[in-house]
This record gives sequence, structure tokens and C-alpha cells, in this order.
Amino acid sequence: MSIFASKSTRLLVQGITGRDGSFHARQMLEYGTSVVAGVTPGKGGQTFEGKVPVFNTVAEAVRATKANASVIYVPAPFAASAIFEAADARLPLVVCITEGVPVLDMTKVIPFVREQGARLIGPNCPGLISPGQSKVGIIPGNICKPGAIGVVSRSGTLTYEIIHQLSTQGYGQSTCVGIGGDPILGTNFIDCLAAFEADPDTVAVVLIGEIGGSDEQMAAEFVKANMQKPVVGFIAGQTAPPGRRMGHAGAIISGAGGTAVEKMQALERAGISVMKRPADVVPLLRERGVQSPSKGARC
Amino acid sequence: MNLHEYQARDILRRHGILVPEGEVVTTAAAARAAAERLGGSVVVKAQVHAGGRGKAGGVKLAKDPAEAEAVAGRILGMQIKGLTVHKVLVTPAADIRSESYLGIIVDRVSQRPVLMASAAGGIDIEEVAAKTPEKIHRLAVDPRYGLLAHQALALGFTLYPEVTQARAAAAVMQKLYSAVYDVGASLVEINPLVTTPEGKVVALDAKIVVDDNELERRHDIAALRDTTAEAPSEVQAREAGLTFIKLDGTVGCCVNGAGLAMATMDLVKYYGGDPANFLDIGGSSNPQKVVSALQIITADESVRAILFNIFGGITRCDDVANGIVQATGQVPLTVPIVIRLTGTNEQEAVRILTKAGFSALTDMDEAVKQAVAAAKGVAA
Repeated sequence: MSIFASKSTRLLVQGITGRDGSFHARQMLEYGTSVVAGVTPGKGGQTFEGKVPVFNTVAEAVRATKANASVIYVPAPFAASAIFEAADARLPLVVCITEGVPVLDMTKVIPFVREQGARLIGPNCPGLISPGQSKVGIIPGNICKPGAIGVVSRSGTLTYEIIHQLSTQGYGQSTCVGIGGDPILGTNFIDCLAAFEADPDTVAVVLIGEIGGSDEQMAAEFVKANMQKPVVGFIAGQTAPPGRRMGHAGAIISGAGGTAVEKMQALERAGISVMKRPADVVPLLRERGVQSPSKGARC
Repeated sequence: MNLHEYQARDILRRHGILVPEGEVVTTAAAARAAAERLGGSVVVKAQVHAGGRGKAGGVKLAKDPAEAEAVAGRILGMQIKGLTVHKVLVTPAADIRSESYLGIIVDRVSQRPVLMASAAGGIDIEEVAAKTPEKIHRLAVDPRYGLLAHQALALGFTLYPEVTQARAAAAVMQKLYSAVYDVGASLVEINPLVTTPEGKVVALDAKIVVDDNELERRHDIAALRDTTAEAPSEVQAREAGLTFIKLDGTVGCCVNGAGLAMATMDLVKYYGGDPANFLDIGGSSNPQKVVSALQIITADESVRAILFNIFGGITRCDDVANGIVQATGQVPLTVPIVIRLTGTNEQEAVRILTKAGFSALTDMDEAVKQAVAAAKGVAA
């Protein structure tokens, strides 16, 4: 099994004819994701790659194809509108890859998405992948491997680095979720941790956080109170200066609580094994009794 | 993007909030002339993107135009937290009855704009927030309905017991809330909000930080950017589409992705080095960005070694390799470079680099170790 995305995911791509959308739609098709529809206003009736029908609106696409998830690649000024449209069409999963979405747009999107009962992942995220089943977003499929480690992260390429460490040392993944680097996100660490805890095919979780905000501290409290499965964590930004935005809009140390040291201490207090560097991930999983499949366990 | 106080005051005034008059000047003589027009007794305030201006000596009272000229002469050119003061705001000295604080931030936990109000405003508001947080009243506003009149009035009464002033403060809050969405602010502050002897509620100082992601659709606000108030290397990086932050170390870092960039800096420190910068070339595939990145890194004289750490996803390793070859062809490097590339088109990248006489690594730890050793002038 997996969380959020699986073999039964029927994916719709918003912005499928754009530069990024078309490139990644092709990659997702190659990976084996069932991409059932595309949406680009004004291009309804066309076909993408000779097999995916394109529609003018999300509602039409859902009616015609029974899509049950959407991934959004539209430019930042239109991203909020695309999320509204997907949630309005009652899609249960909406993944927004777009970077640079104004945070005030998100203050209006979030209440609507919640009312519609949709799960939004992102924005400004690499999406998610359940290796061997479905890739929704931009995480490179070739670095992942089916298995039993759940990965949840605020980052993109840093996540790839850690997935790479896992895969090359025999630790496959159930699902890898990039929740995004912005201050206001549809899905947070706790949502993913709860889903991994409930997923019978996930045996351990790797949590990759960074400076800024207090999401990691709240995640740590959740782990302590609610999780049986071992969790290994990493916090990026130990050398970041306070008050400066480190690329991600959410990665800024403002006031107390946002520093890497405070976050690492909070994770440790909750019984999470904390990596000092990405290469520590596999040794720490072993320390927590999580074996790679070559040693017998299902991973 | 930070706005200057005088720019923030203009925005508040446009939204109907009372703001004292004032003039922005760049010379001491002009400060004197401004003081004459404003009635003689004035406050001269440094316009610089740094907090704690007053405590740094950047805000001074002048009792007459001659003194205004003298203090402006001292403040102009002054360094506050590493930034040079190029402009001062001259504003009439106000007769103040009380100092309150008003602020709105976009709060990540409630995922809403949060309005903060405190009767204990003034220069020590940060201390108030840290030591007596109960003196700051907070309200998470539902953006579907905006700041409702009764909510604003209730907060107004926390500032002023008298209804006329409480209403005036409530009106300021509602105007401030509209300003947030109008200009795309991630933070607005009025500190202090004061009452005058005539009972008027006036914004004496204003701060606005605009969400960088808003600038593409708000050209009037983007035009307010003052590049003379920012570090030149950071301006150059932004214009090249890079995110760059100067630090104090000797290992120049060039990485794709913010999280990996931070993790790379941390690993430099882990192996005993110090990063010279944060530099994220972003997710695109563009050799020109790599050229700009190398120019910015090599312009920093404290850099003793350069480290590339690229995990190809959307970013193609061959594009980065081409950028490195192109940049070093234009301006030969004077410091050692260590390149780590893995992921999309890695083989092609290694071929391009090897042909140009560079070697490439695939392991992050090994690359960082070598870069730290190179910066210290020893072989790894």
C-alpha cells in the first residue's frame, strides 16, 4: 500500500500543454501513472501524446474521465484559481507544484479546499510518488524504489538526496511526499505522519524539515503522542543566519522557535533519531531496528 | 521585499490612515529646508532596511532647522547593521499622549492574517512580546469575511478606554487590513500608533514587508524597490534569477534547491569549514544561470574554494556542466573548484567536464570534504 497516491489514482493534469506541464505529464506517463485527462482552457478537444484527452475545464474532465486527483503546473499568478477549480470539481486530491504562489492567495484557498473536503498538497512542492504505483509531480522516478519507508519533506532536491541514500542502500519507499516550502501549505507533517502510521505497508518514516516556523516541533509532539513506528529526522539550515529568507518562503528564522538547533532538540525529545547529515539516514534506520529486505524484513 | 518607512507611510495615507506630514531628503541642507517648511521642530529618521534604527542613533529630534541640518549630516552616510543610510525622513516633532502597537502578519499556524494590538507600543515592543505576551492581543481574521467591525472595535477598546478613540483605532485596523491585501504584504506594522492632544489617532511610524511572490502582478509596488539599500551581490543575483545570501566563510557554494543548499552549507560546517554563501540556482535548466552564479561567487574575495552540489531532477546536470565550462572559459578561476553532480543527464555532464579538464564527483560527503580541504589549502 501507500498513502495518498496508488495504482487506483486517476490523474488529471492542469496546465498539460504548458512547458512544465507537458514535460512532466510525459514523465508521469512513462513512469506508469494513469494520467487520464489534461486541462488547458481553450485547448479542449485536443489530445496530448496521442492518448490523453484535453478539456477546457476541470469539471468537464472529471465528468468524462472519472479522474480522482489533479496535479497543477500552471504559472504562479493563476495557481490559486486552478486549486479553487479542482476543489470545486470535488477532486479529493489536489497537488500544486507551482512555485511562487502569493501567500495571501493561499489564505483564501485553504478555507475553500477544507470546505470541499479536498486534500491539497503544496504549493511549491515536488509532489508525491508511491514507487511502482503512481508518480504525481516531479520527483524523479528512477531514484525511487518500492519498499516500506515513508518519506515526508518540506524540500525538493534535499528529498531526492535522501531518497537516493535510501534506495542505493536497499531501503525502498512506500510513498515519498514533498509537502512544500511555503509558509501556508495544504498538507503538513502531521497529516502525513498520521497516514504513514495507519498505512500497513509503511514500517518507518523519514521526516525532513528545515528552519522557520514550528511545524517540526508540532510534528515531534504528534510522534511522541501518537506513533508506534520509528521516525528518523533531519533539519536543514543549521548554518542559516536569522532574519533572512533562505530560498523557500517558509525558511526564515524569525524570533524564537525557528532555529535548526531548537527543532533538532524537539525531535530528539520526542524520541525521533536525528541525522547530523543526509548520509546518516540508513545507519539510523538500522539503529532503530529497521532492516533492509536483504536482511529478511519486508522493505 | 522591504519598503522604506516613507513608502509605507504613503501607502497608509492612501488607505485613509492619518500620517504626519514629512519629506524625504538626501542632503543635510535639504533637511534644513524641509525643517523650515515643517515648522522648525522636527524628527530626522534614517531610511534604511534595518530594525532598531532609534537605538542605533538613526532617529534624532531637532529643535530647529539648524539642528535638523546638523543631525541629518550625522545620520546620512551612517552604517546601521551593515547598511549605509542614503536618505532621511524629516517629519514634525509630535506631541504624544500614548503609544500603541498595531501589526498584521500572515500566520502559518492558523493559515490566516493575524491582527496584533497592544497598548504597550513603542521601541520596546519586541521585549513586550518576549516578556509579557499577554499584553499583545491577537485575532486571526477569516479572509472570507475580512476584519469585522465588532472585532476591530473590541481590539480598539484594548488600546483606548474612551469610545471615540477606540472607534478611531478600529477604523485604522480595518484600513490596515485592506492595505495588506491591496499591496500584497506579508507584514504591516504601525509602531507607534499615537493619540495627539486633540484626540486624533495617528500612525507615527510604519513598516511594510511585501511578499516577493506578489511583485510580478503589482508593478507599482515592485517599482518601490530601492536597490541602493541592498547588498550589490544580492541585487545582481536576484536579477539573474538566483537566490543568494552572503555569509562570512570561505567555501563558495552553488546548489540547486533551497533545502539541499542549506544542507550543503551545514555539511561544510560539519566537516570543519565555513560556507561563504547560500546560493540556490533554482530548478531550471539554464547554463546562463550557472555563469551568473560563478561570477557572483568569484567576486567575493574571501572565497578560497568553490563547491557545486547538483542533484539533477528538473535541473539537468549537463546544463550545469556547460555553464561551468562556459563561465570558466570567460574568466579563468583563481581558486579550486569541486563539482558534485548526480541525477538527470549525469553521464553527459561528466563527459563535458572531463573534456574541459574538470573532475566530477557523485558523492555529496566526499565533495564537501574535498572543498573544505581545498579552502584550507590542503589536499583532501
